[in-house]
Amino acid sequence: MSAVVGMDLRSRNPQWWSLFFTGLTGLATLLILAILALILGDALYHGWSQFSWRFVTGAAQDIFDVHQAGIKPMIFGTAARVIIMTIFVMPVGVITAIYLTEYAPHGALVTRIIRGAVNNLAGVPSIVFGLFGLGFFIEYIGQHMDAGIYGAGAAPVWGKPALIWASLTLAVMTLPVVIVATEESLRAIPQGLREASLALGATKLETIIKIVLPQALPGIMTGAILAIGRAAGEVAPILFTGAAYYMASLPRSLSSQFMDLGYYIYVLTTQSPNVEQTRPIAYATVLALLLLTFSLNFVAILIRSRMRNKLRALH
Amino acid sequence: MVETPPLKNVTVKSAPPLEGAPPEDFLIEVLGLNLFYGRTQALKDISLKLRQRMVTAFVGPSGCGKSTLLRCFNRMNDLIDSVRITGQVKIGGHDILGDEIDVIELRKRVGMVFQKSNPFPKSIYDNIAYGLKLHQKWPAAELDAVVEKSLRDAALWDEVKDRLHASALGLSGGQQQRLCIARAIAIRPGIILMDEPASALDPIATAKIEELIFELKKDFTIVIVTHNMQQAARISDYTAFFYLGQLIEFDSTSRIFTNPAKKQTEDYVTGRFG
Repeated sequence: MSAVVGMDLRSRNPQWWSLFFTGLTGLATLLILAILALILGDALYHGWSQFSWRFVTGAAQDIFDVHQAGIKPMIFGTAARVIIMTIFVMPVGVITAIYLTEYAPHGALVTRIIRGAVNNLAGVPSIVFGLFGLGFFIEYIGQHMDAGIYGAGAAPVWGKPALIWASLTLAVMTLPVVIVATEESLRAIPQGLREASLALGATKLETIIKIVLPQALPGIMTGAILAIGRAAGEVAPILFTGAAYYMASLPRSLSSQFMDLGYYIYVLTTQSPNVEQTRPIAYATVLALLLLTFSLNFVAILIRSRMRNKLRALH
Repeated sequence: MVETPPLKNVTVKSAPPLEGAPPEDFLIEVLGLNLFYGRTQALKDISLKLRQRMVTAFVGPSGCGKSTLLRCFNRMNDLIDSVRITGQVKIGGHDILGDEIDVIELRKRVGMVFQKSNPFPKSIYDNIAYGLKLHQKWPAAELDAVVEKSLRDAALWDEVKDRLHASALGLSGGQQQRLCIARAIAIRPGIILMDEPASALDPIATAKIEELIFELKKDFTIVIVTHNMQQAARISDYTAFFYLGQLIEFDSTSRIFTNPAKKQTEDYVTGRFG
């Protein structure tokens, strides 16, 4: 009798371990969903009464009064700093990633050091970035700009917290996210495509611009989405670099300070003269911050999916 | 970095002229070529001269250096950081390994077709137009004409003329490889290097590529790396047999396959090892 015929193919034990593990993964997923639902539900439940058209589009006026508080300046400030950050972080991050994958010698010490530095940058606590922004952008670059433009002893214009410095600090903080995401998408592009282009007499730059980057765009957008998601809710990096406790008007230039949703939540929970009374404002502001983050992400995801569809039409 | 030491007593194996061919029509000359990947020597003192408008096949077991030598002819080895080369490769009399050589110009004149077909994720039309547009501006009508001619020359036109603007990635494997050939010949190189162009194709697609190579040698000098002995015998005029980085034997294909000088060559082409 052959071995196959004599083999017992009946399952010996009901696969308890397998069932247990399947259940465990399901539970873990459920936990994540439950936490998200709890946060959203809590913000909605407590913030809904305060969350009105007047509140969202109104001027700040009295930031601790449920009837007079408005968050238009905070929405404006948060959106502005995220957008300005994106404008700075994307080119620098993408070009760095191009250097690392396309130009830097593979496996060389320099390349490994740069990559290690990028990974370490990702691990630096955000409050440290805030202090770095204060020391480097404001006290070093800003004050030197003032001295150069307006002469020594003039009132500081750039050498103080400002929208531009907060945005740049956030850009430095999110740089690793963009670099890593871009590098991954560049590495996923088959080497054969680069070789085909070079063998036709294209320069390395032509190959990168015409063949490599179009393929990498969706991955680069993923980097942008992650950077925006990370930066939108951060407070620590902007604490010393640009966020204002209160401003009577919207920021007029890159050197203005700005009000910010996240910082406003912090102010409401720590500086409020009457925590009970201002609680609905805090909840409604949390809701606004979540909605703003989601909608910025949504726009980026929309752009990415259009790019993907365009590429997919070619696959 | 490429060093070119003075040449002493190099024995150069030339392709003997076939009947009716002019005696000195060498297009590619390799003189005392050594190539190292880091400390490993991949090519050992290779010298040979290849004739114009002929198909020369490089054969030998995997790792024998045949692809590496092929990639010297268009300087694709430049892409690998650890490669060091000594000796000379002359194409049309120019030492192409020299620092003063414009690699872009070289690659316009020496095209390449790869083992794995690698069409760009663009339309069929744009795949051909890509190389053309790199080097000069084209009026639309002229570009159309060159794209059509290239596809005709690559025996692909009839199959794709109704879907020029569809993605090249929708083509079959064999069609993709012929598209890559069309893309290479569109910019009118003098030489086409083929690195196992049919190894991933089925027999019918392979036969089409072989017919195409036979047609192309009227206009182009072709160097082809192949693992397939029957293919080398069918399509090439000359065959060079490599083993462990050395050129063992180089002669007309008919001689290599019927009456090789070296026992190693005979063992390999008859399938006794390799």
